[in-house]
Amino acid sequence: MAGQSTSGHEHYYVPEQSKLAIFAAFGLFLSVYGAARVINHAHYHADEPSSAGFLLLAGLAVFIGTLFAWFRTTINENRAGMNSAQLKHSYVLGMQWFIFSEVMFFLAFFGALFYVRVLAGPWLASMGDKSMNHLIWEGFKFQWPLMQTPQQAVGLAKQYMANNGTFSGPHENLSFPGFSKMFHWLPLWNTIILLSSSFTVHLAHSGIKANNRGQLKFWLGVTVALGLSFVFLQYREYHEAFTELGLTLHSGIYGSTFFMLTGFHGFHVIMGATILLVQFLRATVAGHFSDADQFGFEAASWYWHFVDVVWVGLFLFVYIL
Amino acid sequence: MFLKAKRLSKLTLGPVLLFLSLISNGAWAAEAESWRHRFQFNLPIGATDVGAQIYGLHMLVFWICVGVSVVVFGAMFYTVFAFRKSRGAVASQFHESTTLEIAWTIVPFVILIGLAFPATKTLLEIYDNKSADLDVMITGYQWKWKYEYIDPQGNNVSFFSSLRTPQSEIYNEEAKGQDYLLEVDEPLYLPVNKKVRFLVTGNDVIHSWWVPELAVKRDAIPGFVNEAHTKAIKTGIFRGQCAELCGRDHGFMPIVVNVVSQDEYDAWLGKKKAEATELKALMEKEFTLPELVERGKGVYERTCVACHGVNGEGGIGKPLAKSAIATGDIKTHLGIVIHGKAGTAMQAFGGQLNEVDLAAVVTYERNAFGNNMGDSAQPVDVYKLKKGQ
Amino acid sequence: MGEHHHGPAKGLTRWLYTTNHKDIGTLYLWFSFAMFILGGSFAMIIRAELFQPGLQLVHPEFFNQMTTMHGLVMVFGAIMPAFVGLANWMIPMMIGAPDMALPRMNNLSFWILPFAFAMLASTLFMQGGAPNFGWTFYAPLSTTYAPPSVTFFIFAIHIMGASSIMGSINIIATVVNLRAPGMTYMKMPLFVWTWFITAFLLVAVMPVLAGAVTMMLMDIHFGTSFFSAAGGGDPVLFQHVFWFFGHPEVYILILPGFGVVSQIIPTFARKPLFGYASMVYATASIAFLSFIVWAHHMYTVGLPVAGELFFMYATLLIAVPTGVKVFNWITTMFKGSMTFETPMLFSIAFVFLFTVGGLSGVMLAMAPVDFQYQDTYFVVAHFHYTMVAGAIFSLTAATYYWLPKWTGRMYSETMGKTHFWLSFFAFNLTFFPQHFVGLAGMPRRIPDYALQFADFNMVSSIGAFFYGSSQILFLFNVIRTIRSGRPITDPKVWEGAQGLEWTVATPAPYHTFTTPPEVK
Ligand code: HEA
Ligand code: HEA
Ligand code: HEC
Ligand code: CUA
Ligand SMILES: [Cu+2]
Repeated sequence: MAGQSTSGHEHYYVPEQSKLAIFAAFGLFLSVYGAARVINHAHYHADEPSSAGFLLLAGLAVFIGTLFAWFRTTINENRAGMNSAQLKHSYVLGMQWFIFSEVMFFLAFFGALFYVRVLAGPWLASMGDKSMNHLIWEGFKFQWPLMQTPQQAVGLAKQYMANNGTFSGPHENLSFPGFSKMFHWLPLWNTIILLSSSFTVHLAHSGIKANNRGQLKFWLGVTVALGLSFVFLQYREYHEAFTELGLTLHSGIYGSTFFMLTGFHGFHVIMGATILLVQFLRATVAGHFSDADQFGFEAASWYWHFVDVVWVGLFLFVYIL
Repeated sequence: MFLKAKRLSKLTLGPVLLFLSLISNGAWAAEAESWRHRFQFNLPIGATDVGAQIYGLHMLVFWICVGVSVVVFGAMFYTVFAFRKSRGAVASQFHESTTLEIAWTIVPFVILIGLAFPATKTLLEIYDNKSADLDVMITGYQWKWKYEYIDPQGNNVSFFSSLRTPQSEIYNEEAKGQDYLLEVDEPLYLPVNKKVRFLVTGNDVIHSWWVPELAVKRDAIPGFVNEAHTKAIKTGIFRGQCAELCGRDHGFMPIVVNVVSQDEYDAWLGKKKAEATELKALMEKEFTLPELVERGKGVYERTCVACHGVNGEGGIGKPLAKSAIATGDIKTHLGIVIHGKAGTAMQAFGGQLNEVDLAAVVTYERNAFGNNMGDSAQPVDVYKLKKGQ
Repeated sequence: MGEHHHGPAKGLTRWLYTTNHKDIGTLYLWFSFAMFILGGSFAMIIRAELFQPGLQLVHPEFFNQMTTMHGLVMVFGAIMPAFVGLANWMIPMMIGAPDMALPRMNNLSFWILPFAFAMLASTLFMQGGAPNFGWTFYAPLSTTYAPPSVTFFIFAIHIMGASSIMGSINIIATVVNLRAPGMTYMKMPLFVWTWFITAFLLVAVMPVLAGAVTMMLMDIHFGTSFFSAAGGGDPVLFQHVFWFFGHPEVYILILPGFGVVSQIIPTFARKPLFGYASMVYATASIAFLSFIVWAHHMYTVGLPVAGELFFMYATLLIAVPTGVKVFNWITTMFKGSMTFETPMLFSIAFVFLFTVGGLSGVMLAMAPVDFQYQDTYFVVAHFHYTMVAGAIFSLTAATYYWLPKWTGRMYSETMGKTHFWLSFFAFNLTFFPQHFVGLAGMPRRIPDYALQFADFNMVSSIGAFFYGSSQILFLFNVIRTIRSGRPITDPKVWEGAQGLEWTVATPAPYHTFTTPPEVK
């Protein structure tokens, strides 16, 4: 409150008309429309040719292109000195609440995980609350990770209810294998990598604050590299899951929650790493950022910390506990 | 009679005529069941103790709402009336009163506590499913109900119950009967004064088994068994409907429960058991092709036509006329009907139809819609296939 | 750049490229009105089919599509964007800001919507038809048993949610950052407050909805089993996730309405709002409670009894802060000097009818009794009292109230009052009888019903046609005002009006508050 009445109230930069929004909206629409067409086509008419993939790609091109132009515009405006301290604060707020909304998105999936682990699973196995579900899932035992789905327990042919998919559990899961095998366990390495990347991005931040561009560039580069190695290891883990462990999207609720949580997280890591890479290029190639003004970088680093925190949750609840 | 009047008023659409028709209906409604029935506007008290309690709670909370309304709206209308500028009211400028604000926070709170107590008591009773005299498993299907009497000796009796109202009434080609949309081919029978536990589940989507007068509404969730109970204290016919949107014919899956004396109930159950034995005998019989086709046509029209069309032309389901499966290996054909096709609307009918009907419908499909395969399946074949032989 | 000195650009590109909060507000408002007509036409089809027993107009499949699309279009297309439109127009003017905090993103939030709803509406013409599983789209009806168009529905929800999230982030940033000097939080007009809190609700729950539809997408197309017990999931999980979004959503639909009414009643009572601070706290409490009551929509799914009790108690509690608001409004009028222009009529009707809807809500909250109410027309009556007489009436009131400020022209009071009385009677004629048929046992979402429900349904349908047609008067009045209403220039428009928006010229200039006013 107090801060704002002094901070450049005379001039809040309201941009002129802009084509950015309508293009972004159109690109977004084309992307999702194309995506829906592609997905439906694969499901219902897989045997016919389709041009939907083109729509999707065109949509993504328009959308990403517009975002690129958009960010360039805002960056240029800022560098041209058009942004008051107050406007910059609006960007800060925007980023913070965007991250909050992302937190809520992950919460939905964590919520689903807790729900099935704590409530629905035991109910299905008629554990604890004396439920009558054994009438349907005779012989089903609940344990986590779920290695045998209820459907497998009773047998597909004897399944009581209408069949809406085949779900068979994995042969092996990715839980903590015990201390002796700990170092062959990818998630541990991933955790180490991601945690240290949070630290390195912090070092980069200190660098720019101290106006030490070398430090900024070096640690930012290291962070991006760590991010990419995380993605690579995650890819290896998925590969192993699919080819060796029998753990896929079809492996019942364990596979569902595992891949949705780690998948969305992985997607966010890719996004975060891309954003950091852009900041890296801005810092190295274009010479952006100063000790007083480095919001683009800062926002990227918040995002990175957020991705990191989500991973800690994943590590605990998906892998360890 | 009053249906004709309604059609008339539909044509004119005039509110005047509507009122005329309403009044005239009221006056001449000799054959319309009764005024009270037509203008029922409250919950039924029902035929169970719990139902009566619920009704009591309903009236309690209703009268409290009326009371709150009288106070709140009374104050509001008085204010609107008394402080109008046109009557020369001058605005006073007060805008706070801590006492008042505390008062109208606390008073509603106290009222709500008064509501929560009896509600808790009734709720606990509703949830007490222990020590029932009889267990009935209820399974919701698109769009019919399956009832299974769980017999401690393992001689379960089960049957499906579906809408009996003919299409001609629904499409206004015939006058609608008294129990339009609330009538089924096979009602559920329950003995009076016995605590009956319902085990409610769904086969495909979520349904909800609801009979207002028995004070039971429980969702039928596929893959989960919900419990509910009722204890009817008087005999009679009680009607209800599915209460969860379950697809196209959600409005057409009524429930009818006949609560009867223990003797009548035993007699009925005995009959049902005899029918089951008879069916077993049928299962061992060799059917001729025409017999199977005829029976199968009936089954097809009851069960499959909705998705596969009258002439096997398909719809929600794939076309069966000249389809690879209906003209291919008969075992595969039987297999898909028994086990369904994973991930599609084609359900596993193995649990819904008995062996005779399964054999019949498959035979029918192979010999209708221009498929002319000339082969047939016998109930034993189905039986073996079901047992995985 | 001289950005403060240009007026609106000319032609179509003014609207396509605009970054001006007033233009964007206007776009939102017209868009939402179009959606209101669309959703309303679906309702008319529903009511026409229900005019008498038997199937006469549409097939059951199509009826289900109508019910679903009606709910979706009204909630996401009509009411939410309408309130965002009001927020765009009014919040900057009320807090003395030059515009919304993030003007380009503001335009993006809007332009996503026409695309999203075009995509949603196009499902009506797809093979297998439009979504037909109710606006609550319970799995597995909306997954395994859904028509192919469900994929488009899912993506429409996704981008529409993105639009809402951006819109609310914008509002949060505006309110936090752009208040004029001296405009402390506890001086903000209540409309701003209610929207501020609504925006938090939106940022918190729209992503959860996105999660719900994402799980659906995966279950349908990629073999996961979130909502399938065969794989260890649970159909009820869907309902938990949905209602965790869905219940706060119904307050999202009403809180800005509370704000509107809290602006209008003091104006026409010529007396300050009673209990300003308690209004703010009540709004915040409602928002908080809204997160812990979601399972009152799920009393019959077989929750453990402890859960049932918890959700019943929490739900009942909401009556307390809402009551505070109702009492405050009435006390604001008490000892005022009241006149009854159209906005005031709609506001008083709001207080009256919303309370009726709230009281039936309390009845529904009683878990054991809800076993008899759940999924009947009693629920339909409840939520139309809260959403039509609540949200729509407050939006109508707001339109009449601020239209002169927006356009610099006065609407026709006679026409406005006629519109009010027609709406008021027709609304009650439509929805009051639905309480009765509901109690008598008529389930919702059915295209055909047993004979004992016939008479009330006919009354209800007649009322609905009346209500629908009286909205033509509204549309006409608004258009007439814009084109040829009596010009006015008094900044204050209404004698008793208070607040910054009434200090700027009438009609409001394209850019207001290029330098912030000083608020004392
Ligand atoms: C704007 C939207 C809105 C609002 C504000 C509300 C407000 C409330 N609603 Fe409603 N509701 C809906 C929209 C809304 N609802 C919708 C859309 C559905 C159906 C969804 C679907 O299934 O499709 C629904 C369904 C619904 C159900 C589920 C019914 C069922 O499916 O079985 C329940 C149950 O508890 C409920 C309760 C309440 C309560 C307790 C309030 C409270 O907030 C009301 C509080 C207000 C008052 C109580 C009045 C004023 C208070 C006083 C004057 C004080 C004194 C009062 C007392 C002491 C009692 N609502
Ligand atoms: C928030 C919003 C909202 C609003 C405003 C409305 C408005 C109306 N609703 Fe609704 N309704 C819902 C939200 C809303 N509804 C929801 C969420 C459901 C549940 C869906 C579900 O079960 O999944 C529902 C369900 C629902 C049902 C139950 C359907 C069923 O269970 O099968 C019915 C039945 O009567 C109904 C009727 C009406 C009517 C008559 C109106 C009227 O008020 C509408 C009047 C408006 C118009 C008619 C348009 C304006 C007209 C003009 C401007 C005239 C000019 C027109 C032209 C030039 C073409 N609604
Ligand atoms: C609710 C809808 C529905 C009902 C009812 C239904 N089916 Fe099907 N049926 C389908 C669908 C959908 C398919 C296509 C499955 C696929 O994608 O392969 C199908 C496929 C089939 C096939 C395989 C056709 C082919 O060539 O692939 C046969 C045979 C069949 N059904 C028989 C029946 C019989 C017999 C009944 C009734 C006892 C029945 N169906 C009832 C939806 C239904
Ligand atoms: Cu079954 Cu609705
Ligand atoms: Cu709710």
